[in-house]
Amino acid sequence: MSAQPRIWDIPGGIHPPENKIQSTARGLEHPSLPARLILPLLQHIGSRAKPVVNAGDRVLKGQLLAVTDGKFSCSLHAPTSGIISAIENAPYPHASGLHEPAIILDSDGEDRWTELQPTAGWRSLEPVALLDLIDSAGISGLGGAGFPAAAKLLSRPDHRIDTLVINAAECEPYITADDMCMRHYATQIITGIQILSHILNPERVLVGIEDNKPEAIAAMRAAAEGEPVSIIEIPTKYPSGGEKQLIQILTGREVPSGGLPADIGVLCQNVGTALAVHDAVVLGRPLIHRVVTLTGAALERPTNVMALIGTPIHELLAFAGLQPERLHRLVMGGPMMGFTVDSAAPVIKTSNCLLAGTIDELPPPPPPLPCIRCGLCAEACPAELLPQQLHWFALGKDYPQLERYNLFDCIECGACAYVCPSHIPLVHQYRAAKSEIRSIELQHSRADHSRRRFEERQARLEREAEQRERDRQARAERAARAKAAREAKAASEKDTPAPVAVAPDLARIQAKNSTLTPEQKQLKVAASTARMALQRARKQLAANPDNLDLQAQIPPLEQAYADAQRAFEQATSQEGS
Amino acid sequence: MSIVLTAIVVLLVLSLIFGAVLGYAAVRFRVEGDPIVDQINALLPQTQCGQCGHPGCRPYAEAIANGEPINRCPPGGESTIQALADLLDVEPLPLDGEHGEAKPPMVAYIREDECIGCTKCIQACPVDAILGAAKQMHTVIIDECTGCDLCVEPCPVDCIDMLPLPVTTQNWGWIAPPPPTLVADQRGVS
Amino acid sequence: MMTEFILILLGTILVNNFVLVQFLGLCPFMGVSGKLETAMGMSMATTFVLTLASILSYLTYQYILVPFELEFLRTISFILVIAVVVQFTEMVVHKTSPLLYRVLGIFLPLITTNCAVLGVALLITNRSEQTFLSAATYGFGAALGFSLVLVLFAGLRERIAIADVPVPFRGAAIGMITAGLMSLAFMGFTGLIRL
Repeated sequence: MSAQPRIWDIPGGIHPPENKIQSTARGLEHPSLPARLILPLLQHIGSRAKPVVNAGDRVLKGQLLAVTDGKFSCSLHAPTSGIISAIENAPYPHASGLHEPAIILDSDGEDRWTELQPTAGWRSLEPVALLDLIDSAGISGLGGAGFPAAAKLLSRPDHRIDTLVINAAECEPYITADDMCMRHYATQIITGIQILSHILNPERVLVGIEDNKPEAIAAMRAAAEGEPVSIIEIPTKYPSGGEKQLIQILTGREVPSGGLPADIGVLCQNVGTALAVHDAVVLGRPLIHRVVTLTGAALERPTNVMALIGTPIHELLAFAGLQPERLHRLVMGGPMMGFTVDSAAPVIKTSNCLLAGTIDELPPPPPPLPCIRCGLCAEACPAELLPQQLHWFALGKDYPQLERYNLFDCIECGACAYVCPSHIPLVHQYRAAKSEIRSIELQHSRADHSRRRFEERQARLEREAEQRERDRQARAERAARAKAAREAKAASEKDTPAPVAVAPDLARIQAKNSTLTPEQKQLKVAASTARMALQRARKQLAANPDNLDLQAQIPPLEQAYADAQRAFEQATSQEGS
Repeated sequence: MSIVLTAIVVLLVLSLIFGAVLGYAAVRFRVEGDPIVDQINALLPQTQCGQCGHPGCRPYAEAIANGEPINRCPPGGESTIQALADLLDVEPLPLDGEHGEAKPPMVAYIREDECIGCTKCIQACPVDAILGAAKQMHTVIIDECTGCDLCVEPCPVDCIDMLPLPVTTQNWGWIAPPPPTLVADQRGVS
Repeated sequence: MMTEFILILLGTILVNNFVLVQFLGLCPFMGVSGKLETAMGMSMATTFVLTLASILSYLTYQYILVPFELEFLRTISFILVIAVVVQFTEMVVHKTSPLLYRVLGIFLPLITTNCAVLGVALLITNRSEQTFLSAATYGFGAALGFSLVLVLFAGLRERIAIADVPVPFRGAAIGMITAGLMSLAFMGFTGLIRL
């Protein structure tokens, strides 16, 4: 073996028992076709794909079912041929247990492919064309959060990527999916890596594999013979397989807080994603299957399977010989970062492992005791955070301090909770604090937005009121001028008798009005208001004749109007005008 | 006698000098308005619902600046009370029940079959979250609706419901685990 | 020369710390130390007031009271000086940081009655062979000592606020106990130098 390039070490880290031997004994198996597939429209962080098929449509294997909708969206393809049964909310593998909109596909058992367009001569294609192929194949990252691959490859277009890192570390206990993938498909993976290389044109390509996978390392090294790809063996430690951690191990560079690896010229992709890229470009096949580890003491035949996306979990567990009476907890993912799922949920693009744990294997956590300030958590943290401080601030809900102590740089690996002698559920606390901080920030930005809208509306209403006032004044002026003109005209045109007839009327009306005292004017206004209220109520009643409330309010209004009118007449009759 | 006179004169002169200095400073460092009101207003949820007893969020912010209790805003809930307490360095109080209960976030929904197109709700909405015109269909823009409840009353046909915002995987949040306790604290608690 | 100033500073900051050893200025010490940011703001305000007030008091004493043989007026004239300086500081704080002004609240004008400020001003007049510079250093050192202790105590109180304190001790009680322990610690500096 040639001397491999230099590697670095990450701070902290733990060595939990690996438990990987159970699931590697039976190689890579292929379960039978499931009868019904559940295909969620959103299988990663981002926005849901938009369906392009309807219930009742007949589809072929690999046919496009939903297109990307937005920047962080991934298209969805049919994993097998069949009929679309429905597009509705269905069980979804998420910690909340909530359902998500999904396309339900009933397979017809024929597994017939749609027309594929393989590209053997991909080396002659432009990177943009290759990215298009990757995008239309619906490839999202097969490890971790599962970002749409095309979006990730384009994440910082103005940054030069000088190192492509392929993550084959698979540091979490129990999981052997990437291990099996490499043992069986090493050549295809290397081709996939070359395709990614062709797109990014990095100076070097580094594949990081933990040293507990000797067969995989041998297979990859054999496949990479003569290629500009370095297969690097790294010491087994959890969590070396975290993206930021692997980059630090292989390149010695640290991803800046709140930044992306692309900021320091590195791009990291999972080894399973590289395989999917090969299938998409060379074979023309969209992403419709992935390797899933089925393990746990509640299974008779733990193994790795090439499962179709959308296969319900209970079918895979049945394939591996699940003993339901021994099952205590079903976890998707590994024992450190996995979450409990319902077996009705389907396998999605990021599902790498199903752990069917017995009560001895995944015991219920003991009740937490208070922190004894031992500091073991800070020694174990791979991100060099201070979990103890984060714990105190999370308890005290001191969100500004949490942000100042870099809560959002926590990768939620669980190393701190693993070593805590008081069994404090640290990662649970940090996740809750992150949720709360995000929701408060969202509330603030929405409140700000509403405030601006409200202020705009006030301004608009003021403008309209001013405009109305100006119009009213203009109208009043015009009316006054017109009236004056009319009077002048009438006065000049008519002969002497007319002024005699008109003047006394005018004089009488003016005399009557000008003799109204302020109190009488008030009463007159009150009477008019009462009359208008009564008329409005009568109109409403006419529109809704059956409404008892409206009926009931008429008599008091009539009374009020009568009173007001009488009061005004009394006041004016006293004057005797 | 002269010492007393000297004392009085010296003190008088000192006072005059210092008074002049302060007078100048009062003019030079004059503060217009009250910026603290803007900061308080920025923490309120801007629903303009009036449940605090004031006609809008800014009047309540001004009242808080003048010493009114900070626990009168039900839409803001506990997080707003905490934020106000941190800003003003006072004790956070529990929400004052007489001004309303803290509810989960709601949005208005118009049952379109019953809408008569009267525009009364549009006039009532403080953030223009209702789309529509006279004799045309009215509908609520969910992203803009703050859940303030002001549109429900003016509607003559009572076709507006307040519905809670649905929880999806996108807005679901983790709930904090209970704090660790010593065994001694649990004695007496069954 | 230099040593004299270093000795004065050491003496006022550590050995004869005005809050923990001489027990002056306990009111803002207990009242404003709830949060670190408030404590830092208060310590800056008090530093400004203390230094300026001690300098002005010294000048008033040396060049107005002593020549006119009015030393008996020193208390009232120092109070006058301190009140003016505090009022000036209040106006400046209100203009530059309305939030700090709001948060400090009543404690900002209460610096006027802060016995540490008047205490420092009066103690300066008691010292023999006083020069302007040594008076200024004394005042500044006193202010630094006050700030140091205030900030330390605020940091401690923030931690205590979320710690698991037994119910009878919560609030001011554990604050007092902590202050007492800090005072014991600072008294360990006795004999470091003699002022």
